[in-house]
Amino acid sequence: MTTTDSPPAPVAPVRRRRSSGDTERGFSRTFRWITTGAGALILATLAAVALFLIMRAWPAMTASEAELAAAVPRYPDDTSFIAYVGPLVFGTLLAAVLALLLATPVAMGIALFISHYAPRRLAQILGYLVDLLAAIPSVVYGLWGVAVLAPMLSPVWLWLNEWFGWFPLFAGDVSPTARTLATVAVVLAVMILPIITAVSREVFLQTPKLHEEAALALGATRWEMVRTAVLPFGRSGVISAAMLGLGRALGETMAVLMILSPGFLYSFKILQAAQQQTIAAYIALDFPEASGLAVNALIATGLALFVITLAVNMAARAIVARRKEFSGAN
Amino acid sequence: MSADTSTMDATERTRALLTTAEPRRRRTDRIMAVLIWGAFLLAMVPLVSLLWTVLFTGAGRISIDFLTFSMRGIFGGDPSGGIYHAVTGTLIITGCATLISVPIGILVAIYLVEYGRGPLARAVTFFVDVMTGIPSIVAGLFAVALFTIFFGPGARFGLIGAVALSVLMIPVVVRSCEEMLKLVPNELREAAYALGVPKWLTIVRIVLRTAVAGLTTSVLLAVARVIGETAPLLVAVGVTDSINFDPSEGRMMTLPVFIYRQYSQGLATCREGQANCVADIALQNAWGAALTLIAIVMLLNIAGRLVNRWFAPKTR
Repeated sequence: MTTTDSPPAPVAPVRRRRSSGDTERGFSRTFRWITTGAGALILATLAAVALFLIMRAWPAMTASEAELAAAVPRYPDDTSFIAYVGPLVFGTLLAAVLALLLATPVAMGIALFISHYAPRRLAQILGYLVDLLAAIPSVVYGLWGVAVLAPMLSPVWLWLNEWFGWFPLFAGDVSPTARTLATVAVVLAVMILPIITAVSREVFLQTPKLHEEAALALGATRWEMVRTAVLPFGRSGVISAAMLGLGRALGETMAVLMILSPGFLYSFKILQAAQQQTIAAYIALDFPEASGLAVNALIATGLALFVITLAVNMAARAIVARRKEFSGAN
Repeated sequence: MSADTSTMDATERTRALLTTAEPRRRRTDRIMAVLIWGAFLLAMVPLVSLLWTVLFTGAGRISIDFLTFSMRGIFGGDPSGGIYHAVTGTLIITGCATLISVPIGILVAIYLVEYGRGPLARAVTFFVDVMTGIPSIVAGLFAVALFTIFFGPGARFGLIGAVALSVLMIPVVVRSCEEMLKLVPNELREAAYALGVPKWLTIVRIVLRTAVAGLTTSVLLAVARVIGETAPLLVAVGVTDSINFDPSEGRMMTLPVFIYRQYSQGLATCREGQANCVADIALQNAWGAALTLIAIVMLLNIAGRLVNRWFAPKTR
């Protein structure tokens, strides 16, 4: 009897759910469109950044050499716009690549330390400590670089110049204040350590446990296990981490602006003052006082920086994304 | 008996052979372990040195006056100026940036986690990652280029800086909020659907409610990330010595820009016997402001971690 009584009861709730609860009825659809719109806004923002930079850079890119020379301070005579941006791009790349060369081995060491060497319990806290390096504002790095690091590194640069002066990077007259690209590269290296470490750490931690245990079971020492199981597995991850670090170093402004004594040469002498300048620092130095065509010229150099970093970052992210699909981890 | 000892010896020998590597390999292992520990210690050197320097150089300048006075009408080596205008400017501009970024960032994260399928979602994921790498100065230039279209060249006010910071902040918020939303167990969503709750209400009342601690942490860490940005504000907001509470009108000072300006002022010239003149006051101001800025950043970081620890839903 109870079974025949129960069927009529659920009718009312079913009808009510029909009217209000269907997942694509009423506000649910609106909500989906709102969130999708927010997603599309990200793409629109990136497109807008590119568009507005191009729009504002265009007058400078199409102006004649004479007009540019008249409007832009420190514009070399009789040169095209490309020749004006050239040394800046060179300085930016040189500083970033040097920083990357200094930072990558150390960052890989730290990542391995946290993933495989440090005591388990401490690993997370030590990871926070490295992340703290990323929390410090770049302007404070600049202050510290000038006040503490430069005097500390000065004797090192003198020594390098004395013994390795034949090597093009270390040639020239050593700047007594050490406010040179070499010091800048060290500061940039410290600043990009956390991002390279964070990405490589994640990759190293994903190494299949079975690979590691297999290596150990075959009698490998811990380092041999790392070399044969962890490093080959993490190679593409480390490459993309390094490229992300490169992207950061390319765009870093304040530390360079405060430490480097700038010049506009295609020069490899990183121990000598007044040789190179980076795009970001150049913009920050001149933008507050610029007007008219000079603003357009500065935005054009900014566009160059944007294109370079965008290319580096997209390449790095593409490697990471491809790795996710094909790695043996999942 | 003798046979027994010899097999013992053999076992021991085999064990020794198997458990100890040959000296060369053992040496390599040791060296690499030392190098890897060394890499970590090497990275701690700048961290400790920097924090130590900022703490001990900056602490001498911190006082009530320093925190509550602005630099209006302060010239030369006059030590009576302060950073009040810069602190308020930083808080206002970062606050505006947060108001812009957080709703957008959380909505994008919801889109990616709850709805994201197909090419648009893949494109959004990819370009959010790419956006995290936009140089800060380019974000500043973008904001200036955007606003000069409406307000003409030379427009400098707080909101421009807030927009520039938002460009930097949105991808950070999206990335970390996405991770937090992914942590919400699917069973909760399914239980809500089974009870007939519409999807949007499930997201707002169940998913966001569960993840609220993680989302707060994400937002606090994102704020800590952009509060120290200098270059975009230098380009977009300009500098001033006075207090300005209005982000839609006039230049504003911020702490990072203040540090840079004071640093680039260098030494003041003091006449012999001049009262009320400290030659390196600008540098002292810079260090004092740096200590304040780092204190704010660290507080935000610690608050973020504590919120996550204390208010995270108890999961078994």
